[in-house]
Amino acid sequence: MTIAMPAPDAQVIAQRPQIVAALRAVLPADAVIDDPHETRAYECDALTAYRCPPLAVVLPRTTAEVAAAMRVSHGLGVPVVPRGAGTSLAGGALPTADCVILGTMRLNAFLDIDLANRYVRVQSGVTNLSVSAELEPLGFFYAPDPSSQLACTIAGNIAMNSGGAHCLKYGVTTNNLLGATVVLTTGEIIELGGPEPGPAGLDLLGVLCGSEGQLGVVTEATLRILPRPEGARPVLIGFDSPEVAGECVANIIRSGVLPVAIEYMDEPCLRAVESFAKAGYPDCPAVLIVEVEGSKAEIDDQIARIRAIADALNPVEFRESRNADESLAIWKGRKSAFGAMGRLGDYICLDGTVPVGQLPHTLRRIGELSRQHGLEVANVFHAGDGNMHPLILFDANTPGDLARAEAFGADILRLCVEVGGCLTGEHGVGVEKRDLMGDQYDPDDLAIQMQVKDVFDPGWLLNPAKVFPLEASAAHRAHTAPLAAAE
Amino acid sequence: MQTTFTPEQLADPLTARSNEILRTCVHCGFCTATCPTYKVLGDELDSPRGRIYLIKDMLENARVPDDKTVTHIDRCLSCLSCMTTCPSGVHYMHLVDHAREYIEQNYRRPLPDRVLRWVLARILPYPGRFRLALLGAKLGRPFRRLIPDARLRAMLDMAPRDIPAPSRNDSPQVFAAQGPRRKRVALLTGCAQRALNTDINDATIRLLRRHGCEVVIPRGMGCCGALTHHMGRTGESHAFAAANIRALTAEIDGAGLDALVINTSGCGTTVKDYGHMFAGGPLEADAARVAALAKDITEVMADLGLTDATHAVPLRVGYHAACSLQHGQGIKATPKELLAAAGFTVLEPRDSHICCGSAGTYNLMQPAISAELKARKVATLEATSPQVISAGNIGCMMQIGSGTAVPVVHTVELLDWATGGPRPQALRHAA
Repeated sequence: MTIAMPAPDAQVIAQRPQIVAALRAVLPADAVIDDPHETRAYECDALTAYRCPPLAVVLPRTTAEVAAAMRVSHGLGVPVVPRGAGTSLAGGALPTADCVILGTMRLNAFLDIDLANRYVRVQSGVTNLSVSAELEPLGFFYAPDPSSQLACTIAGNIAMNSGGAHCLKYGVTTNNLLGATVVLTTGEIIELGGPEPGPAGLDLLGVLCGSEGQLGVVTEATLRILPRPEGARPVLIGFDSPEVAGECVANIIRSGVLPVAIEYMDEPCLRAVESFAKAGYPDCPAVLIVEVEGSKAEIDDQIARIRAIADALNPVEFRESRNADESLAIWKGRKSAFGAMGRLGDYICLDGTVPVGQLPHTLRRIGELSRQHGLEVANVFHAGDGNMHPLILFDANTPGDLARAEAFGADILRLCVEVGGCLTGEHGVGVEKRDLMGDQYDPDDLAIQMQVKDVFDPGWLLNPAKVFPLEASAAHRAHTAPLAAAE
Repeated sequence: MQTTFTPEQLADPLTARSNEILRTCVHCGFCTATCPTYKVLGDELDSPRGRIYLIKDMLENARVPDDKTVTHIDRCLSCLSCMTTCPSGVHYMHLVDHAREYIEQNYRRPLPDRVLRWVLARILPYPGRFRLALLGAKLGRPFRRLIPDARLRAMLDMAPRDIPAPSRNDSPQVFAAQGPRRKRVALLTGCAQRALNTDINDATIRLLRRHGCEVVIPRGMGCCGALTHHMGRTGESHAFAAANIRALTAEIDGAGLDALVINTSGCGTTVKDYGHMFAGGPLEADAARVAALAKDITEVMADLGLTDATHAVPLRVGYHAACSLQHGQGIKATPKELLAAAGFTVLEPRDSHICCGSAGTYNLMQPAISAELKARKVATLEATSPQVISAGNIGCMMQIGSGTAVPVVHTVELLDWATGGPRPQALRHAA
């Protein structure tokens, strides 16, 4: 483990029985978990390299219960780590030994579907895919579609400002979030935004979305919904080299065609997903999935233009999906890519973003870095918006291998920043990229971000030791905490 | 995931297999979304990923199982929905089977639990005993309110109103094919099913014979071992399985067999896994041979093709996908295609991948969760407005049948009817 976590607060640990009793006093019996065998299952999310069992876990069912748990934690000075479905690849829900995990998965009710005003209001623990599934018979859908959409929750999507394949056309979570009920660290419940577009005043909802559980816990959300397109069709384009595939992406974007998604998978990744999804992906070093949607005439026209762009680059294969089942298999494979990579071995999954024009260069450099570090890398990503997900393969049971993989990962993320991109596209900073924030932001930038945190969470109890480099936050806190205490 | 088994621990073949499975899991959490108990309870610990973690912790530390760990593993239906969902191919079934065996060997359950399990293991796999128990339960039903344990009440509730007389078709014998013989197949007549519903085997035999199969009921066959296997009682389950393997091996080496037909998908999942159960032992080769011949009745019928399927009333059929069929054996489209080919309108309920809560003895051991899953399943099935519900597993049929007024039949009864057999018993009084 190369990413350090601070020592837990001994005073909090010593108070453990009182904390658990106080939580039990305000929550239903089955909503508080403190048995050490049970809390262990909450010790990590989908970034398993970092693990730490929490002090306790609470599973509230209502906003009022969340508020009650937050009041208790605040009163006793206990850190709270909010957790959606635990699918974060950046350790966004990694506990500390002195924290209470606040799981949102039981907040799973649909509250209101308003087609005339095109929004849906849900409790935040509903899964992303269940929103679109609920709306499907009505002819609507919710656009952001992170690959983990089967399992991940709206709460986690808002915390990380999640994207997904179809965000190229529809934007990410922040572009589709209209309002939220938020419980602050004190237990106070506030409403931000609402169904009506563009509320007056500061865009606090924009501040909240993507704040990685640093500012508050979202318990309900109002989401923009869209009518389903008349049709959609993915095409598979295979290339001889990653660089040429990258060039094709840049050329499509440059031409003005706006596909709903452009996804990239390379050969190691294709091998893994083919054995799960059996979608018949082309057998070549790099494949693009380009999906267009609209009426049949629109689809045909866009595909013809994409075909002309691709043909100029001598693709190995250009194949349109022939029916709904084929399209489903193509997307099932892409969406399961991270999980399916488990067939090849352990991996860490990165999430850097680069300008689309830099894709060919970045892919080439990643290949060079791979040889330099002596570790295999598989690439699967949302190419249309330059959101890369290199997966570095290593062996978790070999001592020292994780550290090598992390060093390689850090080099890739620095490369993203170097070419004008950034550390994270959609997974968030979490703990994984925390110590690289200094490569992206100078100390003044970081200080301003931390001042925002001070406003919402003066005691810094929410999701500790994430997002901000430890030295930076420690120095900041050394300066501001005494001031806050004096007030 | 990283694992920390010692080389000594890995010398044990079961532990080595579990290590291999755990190493495949990347903890992505996809499985949580399609797990019935997670959907009902909303706790990581009642999801496949949580259980994998509990099992890993228990096995790695070779610790005595604690009450909580046992509770969460007991709550697993073994519906294997997680295996359909898992992108990295984690073989959860072998892992949870190992955990159940480990718990059975290292954990002392409270006395009522032990008695209940002992009784179930001594009764259910034996059709004669089970039939007597059902008659007893029927007599006992008026006193249901006096019974303090919800699990015992659930057992009383399970007894059907009409308990059929034993069918002579289930005794060892050979049924000749009608017309030229196309296949020679053995039928696993099962255990609990024979006591609860004799129509299923009768319909299966008629259907197979009509399609040119010689049907053998081999001597010496009994329960497939699944019931005790899922309780972690490996000794008993292996004894059942071994008896079947010997009986079938005699047939295979004698007159030969083209298939072992199974019409209870819960049994099918287990028989198809005989190869793994006996890996490394003297029965390994024979077990693998039997497992390779095991086929669900719908697989065999798809292979044979339905002939003259024009005799049934074209009813609206709500098709219930049994988990052991769709997840355990990966058979999803075949039964629906057969029903459609037989002239029925096939309706699929929402969330068809979610278990009905029957799951072998689960409805008896975990009545509260089971009842919630039953209510959800019945609601989604009824929402399709079916005239009849069909399923390929007796457990699901009993479970769903106890929650709806819509008649529930085995898929094979509809196929038999459509190709010239009698109208299914459950539909005699229906329109």
